[in-house]
Amino acid sequence: METKTTKTFYLIPYYVWIALFVIAPIALIAYYSFFDLHGNFTLENYLNFFSSVYLKLTLSSFWYAFLITFFTLVIAYPTAYLLTKTKHKQLWLLLIIIPSWINLLLKTYAFIGIFGLYGPVNAFLNVFGIGEKQILFTDFSFVFVAVYIFIPFMILPIFNSLDKLNPSLIDASRDLGASSWTTFSKVILPLTINGVKAGIQAVFIPSLSLFMITRLIAGNKVITLGTAIEQQFLVTQNWGMGSTIAVFLIIFMVIIMIITGQRDKGATSNGNNK
Amino acid sequence: MKEITRAAIAIVVVCIILFGVNNYLNQSSGNAGNDTLTIYNWGEYIDPDLITQFEEESGYRVVYETFDSNEAMMTKIEQGGTSYDIAVPSEYAIEKMKENDLLLEIDHSKIPNMSNIDPYFLDLAFDPKNKYSIPYFWGTVGIVFNPALLDGQSFESWDALWDPSLEGEVLLVDGAREIIGMGLNSLGYSLNSTDEKELLEATAKLKELTPNVKAIIGDEVTQLMINEEASVAVTFSGQAADMMWENEGLDYAVPEEGSNLWFDNMVIPKTAANVEGAHEFINFMLDAEVAAQNADYVGYSTPNTAAVALMDEEVTSDERFYPPEESRENLEVYKNLGLEMLGKYNELFLEFKMSSN
Repeated sequence: METKTTKTFYLIPYYVWIALFVIAPIALIAYYSFFDLHGNFTLENYLNFFSSVYLKLTLSSFWYAFLITFFTLVIAYPTAYLLTKTKHKQLWLLLIIIPSWINLLLKTYAFIGIFGLYGPVNAFLNVFGIGEKQILFTDFSFVFVAVYIFIPFMILPIFNSLDKLNPSLIDASRDLGASSWTTFSKVILPLTINGVKAGIQAVFIPSLSLFMITRLIAGNKVITLGTAIEQQFLVTQNWGMGSTIAVFLIIFMVIIMIITGQRDKGATSNGNNK
Repeated sequence: MKEITRAAIAIVVVCIILFGVNNYLNQSSGNAGNDTLTIYNWGEYIDPDLITQFEEESGYRVVYETFDSNEAMMTKIEQGGTSYDIAVPSEYAIEKMKENDLLLEIDHSKIPNMSNIDPYFLDLAFDPKNKYSIPYFWGTVGIVFNPALLDGQSFESWDALWDPSLEGEVLLVDGAREIIGMGLNSLGYSLNSTDEKELLEATAKLKELTPNVKAIIGDEVTQLMINEEASVAVTFSGQAADMMWENEGLDYAVPEEGSNLWFDNMVIPKTAANVEGAHEFINFMLDAEVAAQNADYVGYSTPNTAAVALMDEEVTSDERFYPPEESRENLEVYKNLGLEMLGKYNELFLEFKMSSN
């Protein structure tokens, strides 16, 4: 009996936190999305969202978020795998994580210099006779910088699940005659899929609403849902429309969480959640 | 458990010490809260030495914060939270702030230096009799370009930007009013147009510009033009002056079809906690020597006649930055078009941005 009351007692801060900082803001966003500029109740914001501008915006946000997540995964998985094989793996991991402590804005500004016409990348291209290329303000530079920024968030969960993988399972698979590809696709990948899913969540969802990099690195030629929300709140002062876009962003996030959700099957019990 | 308690106590102790040190530092710099003056201004829009000078002369401690758009500034003032004593909005924003009852009336008897201001900039339509605002700087929107990177184009007309030889070379300022206004001006329409047909026509014309657009950005434009990363940029006159100061090869032009003439003015928002100090600051900034020093530093055009007299003749006779009154006729001041129209402008601007890829 007593343990039960103390348990409820300890849960109070948690519930207060959730109510104040998770449920209340989302409820407020949903509430504001039903009002127009003059504070009248309306569904027009939702109709507006389905106009061509915002639909195109959503599609392009998804496309770039997909590209970013894809390249992050392609780089992060082998890296995480190699890390688990190194001698001082915690040190190597730390070296990868340290850059994520540096302010995001600072790193982004650095890339303006690096990718500039007179920056080191173009100097390098010049040496090989390729000549100067416009790198800054292109799709390429946008995806590159975003991937660079998100890589630690992908490596960490994958590293954790790979690190917990019992090596004797791999040995067993090899002993039983499986090729390295079969071992990877039938043993290693299924056992670490939860790490991959966690990584995808940590990268895809924030990529949908990136907004500062779109201006500094892509020169506003790439527009994401995040840019649109910022504009609606700060410039147009149309809180209703801004909230409506935010509501859709939340819906998309929930869908992604469900798709990449962790299902507890026996086979995945070695995943990072345990 | 023991370790957690210990850690918790350690954190609390560190917090208390930091709080104490912070308090001590604030006190030793002579501030007990009420004699601070909070200024809310555009980025790089004042000579920092002048803030120090004002602090020494008046005994107030200045807290200086910056914004990068009129809209962001208004939103923050509307929210309250920080008690800004001075803000520096543009003319159409002042109209809107007046409507929303966000401003305090200015007591002209406390600002004797107002006699330094050129009467041309006083008593304008957006604020009759300067009840709420005092001119700070003024300027135009135009094209800054690097002749060394171009082959002899001149920018007497906005249409020059559409020239195919400028592919991927044009930087645009990230502002809906400025860019849609440019589209309207290039077609010979008013940049305050609210006519649906004219706006759509302007947007369609802007979409044809997209192959030439390198980027649509904010203050970063300055650095990019100085470093010769691009050859042409649409920007504000003062930013152009900054760039030309750093890179002497650059030039600036205001196209003949017309452009925007803007005024930034000092106001005292409703949130002000130190109204007395705010008046003192406004008067200080209008002092001839102070205004001249500030204009030298910032690079925008000062409305202060007494300051102009003190400044370098070469600067003040430059018609690109101090256009004579006759040639200001083609220039238009932004009107407050209302939130609905602003939303429309922004949606069209968003459409333009999205087509630029």
